[in-house]
Amino acid sequence: MKFGVVVFPGSNCDQDMVDVLENMKARHKNEVVKLWHKDHDLQGCDFIILPGGFSYGDYLRSGAIARFSPIMQQVSEFADKGGFVLGVCNGFQILCEANLLPGTLLHNNTRKFICKNVYIKAVSDEFLISSKLNTHKALKIPIAHGEGKFFAPDEAMREIYQYNQIVFKYCDEKAVVTFDANPNGSLDCIAGISNRRKNVFGMMPHPERAADTLLGNTDGLLIFESIFNSIEIFN
Amino acid sequence: MKFKASIDIMPLKALLDPQGKAVSATMKNIGLPEIENVRIGKHITFEITANSASQAQSQAEEACRKLLANLIMEDYHVVIEEMGV
Repeated sequence: MKFGVVVFPGSNCDQDMVDVLENMKARHKNEVVKLWHKDHDLQGCDFIILPGGFSYGDYLRSGAIARFSPIMQQVSEFADKGGFVLGVCNGFQILCEANLLPGTLLHNNTRKFICKNVYIKAVSDEFLISSKLNTHKALKIPIAHGEGKFFAPDEAMREIYQYNQIVFKYCDEKAVVTFDANPNGSLDCIAGISNRRKNVFGMMPHPERAADTLLGNTDGLLIFESIFNSIEIFN
Repeated sequence: MKFKASIDIMPLKALLDPQGKAVSATMKNIGLPEIENVRIGKHITFEITANSASQAQSQAEEACRKLLANLIMEDYHVVIEEMGV
């Protein structure tokens, strides 16, 4: 299993992501490489991650320019063939701009940049990134974004529900989804979604920032463990 | 021929515009409570070489659809003017 973490100008969570995956090498024998946005080669990776940050300074709109980075052509083709892609925070915004995921991320209702721990719950454990999660248990994962309010027009939302594409919702500590627990005004408290084929995923919370005992929170690790668990089942 | 494109990109009316809302609230603080429903978007200009104004218009609109605006959250309005030689 070889992971590729794409580095755009302005990415700032790429190394955190690499560290988490490096730390899992002993158990899962995985590899991880960084992929520069100007490259055209995915280097034989089986799983592509678009990390958080501020690609291209968030100019124009978050993710709007990064989606036209040279490597995104290969990422799109990879996803079209069923390859696994996960975008976290800015990576989620890029995937929406690239039309690899439905909807978009608007300015938070409060207009503030919000950087804090929140609770999310997996809506289903049938996704690659949620296979080891208990859908009745909240995960404490930090968010750090100014534009994280998920929005999709009515027709797109109907499809999202029809094809069960909601992966994570914001919730309270007891895993109850309430609007009070929704930090940014996301439609239906959505924190993460997949595409219809369920090989492309986007989420605003940062699991890579909650995956090390030194940081006092390893809830995010369960999401990475889910990926390995799912792949082992597929194989 | 050279044309100048002037483009307004605005958040869709149905969506909350938090910037506009914050500025609307501030109007009261500066003694202008008559001003309300502020909405804030982007104004973009560029020069474009085309054979006709309608060609310039369609190229500018293509730029809006592909890059400058996200039609899920914004709409755009393009004005094309011929530039003096």
